[in-house]
Amino acid sequence: MTEPPFPTAAEIAHRVTDGALRAADVIETTLQRIAQRDPVLNSFTAVTAHRARVRAGAIDAAHRAGQRLGPLAGVPFAVKNLIDVAGLPTVAGSRINREHPPAKADATLVVRLERAGAILVGALNMGEYAYDFTGENAHDGAARNPHDPTRMTGGSSSGSGGAVAGGLVPIALGSDTNGSIRVPASFCGIFGLKPTYGRLSRAGSFPFVSSLDHLGPLARSTADLALAYDAMQGPDPYDPVCADRPIEPAMERIDAGIAGLRVAVADGYFRAGAGPEALAALDHVAAALDAHARIELPEPARARAAAYVISTAEGATLHLQRLRTRAADFDPEVRDRLIAGALVPAAFVQQAQKFRRWYRDAVQKLFDGLDAILAPATPCTAPLIGQKTFVLDGVEMPLRPNIGLYTQPISFIGLPVVAVPVVLGEGLPIGVQIIAAPWREDVALRIAHELEMRGVVYAPRPPA
Amino acid sequence: MNDPELDAWIDAGTALLGIPIQPEWRAAIRLHLTITFGHADTVLAFELPDEAEPAPVFRA
Repeated sequence: MTEPPFPTAAEIAHRVTDGALRAADVIETTLQRIAQRDPVLNSFTAVTAHRARVRAGAIDAAHRAGQRLGPLAGVPFAVKNLIDVAGLPTVAGSRINREHPPAKADATLVVRLERAGAILVGALNMGEYAYDFTGENAHDGAARNPHDPTRMTGGSSSGSGGAVAGGLVPIALGSDTNGSIRVPASFCGIFGLKPTYGRLSRAGSFPFVSSLDHLGPLARSTADLALAYDAMQGPDPYDPVCADRPIEPAMERIDAGIAGLRVAVADGYFRAGAGPEALAALDHVAAALDAHARIELPEPARARAAAYVISTAEGATLHLQRLRTRAADFDPEVRDRLIAGALVPAAFVQQAQKFRRWYRDAVQKLFDGLDAILAPATPCTAPLIGQKTFVLDGVEMPLRPNIGLYTQPISFIGLPVVAVPVVLGEGLPIGVQIIAAPWREDVALRIAHELEMRGVVYAPRPPA
Repeated sequence: MNDPELDAWIDAGTALLGIPIQPEWRAAIRLHLTITFGHADTVLAFELPDEAEPAPVFRA
């Protein structure tokens, strides 16, 4: 017998608001499930049980007092451990940062989700300093994929992917510099939203590559993504990159349908190295949307190369002092990449930033005649934990630097993307990117929602 | 760059930056440097006008 899907955030909030469910009971059930499942999944690095119980009690009291509850009333969520949680050191997946003093305040996005009624239940495992696509971590151990614990969750938002797919929380926050929301969403079979660069505040998060860093939600439904996204929008003077734009709610139009939207499939580079399961997923989504047009993005390989150069050099600059004094305390997989990054000439980085502007202008022209572009999220389904190489376009390549092949050329210019999960046959899930024009998260969410309503994409419940 | 040239670059660069490296780290550093320099070649091969503006703080 197939088990019913895990409750969504929207269902929980609805029942808490109606009085059919107490927030306190939601939290006890959540804490129990974390205690049962996380010894296998290894998605949490801290559980904020006391804080969550206090918060749930306050929400239940507000309900009894007849106060209006927020759209995420009683919804448990957790955050990648590079996001500040008052009272916890912001470890960012590292050994070194756990010596930092506890954060004095919550990150902006945590404050905004809690203002909408959500309840933080903990901090989540991640690849060290977010320089990772695998979900492996030398200090905290690998996060494990709920669909097959011998396999990677993907990274670097590894615990975010595992906790949501495993039904521990309906919503988690992650960060995405080159694909770190979309890769775990793909491998774990859930939905992920990487918003437009500058849309959501990064204040109170530990950076990786400021030029490319984004924060965003992962969830098991498109409505939950939109609810979380809407609650987190708005300018923030504490993040200089956060745009001074009004809140543009996506939830109120998520079921507007897709009539009139022009969708094309990315061709060339985005099909060249993709495995058969990635291509089958892409074709499945394209067929459902009647998207027959194919489009070539201008210079995507060069865009990925430029994103790679900027990431390694900027990331190494961030960590230079730690590399000088504490190199042996890094995760070796991350340390050796960062040391190489410190040795990149400035001319390479500057040219990559110049190319970035050229590429942004060239890609934006495509959106004059299009509303969305479909592309694979990852070239393959989740590899085995410990796997070091994979075959890409017939060539054996190092796995860690190459999983983001299809995500990097998109985040490089900050385009909003919803990663949607596809399950074909008995195989593992895999994601497809729905890429929209800058500031049109609403379009990507509408398309994703339509696919979800038709049953074309869904977050599968993993085996018990 | 061949391996001896890369090793010379690693030695000079880490000495300049004050990053102490262990002998067993070298092969991985060399591999990552090779991948990164390959990507840099790809970027540099694209001709841009002198007036091209970089995007250090990017706005979409």
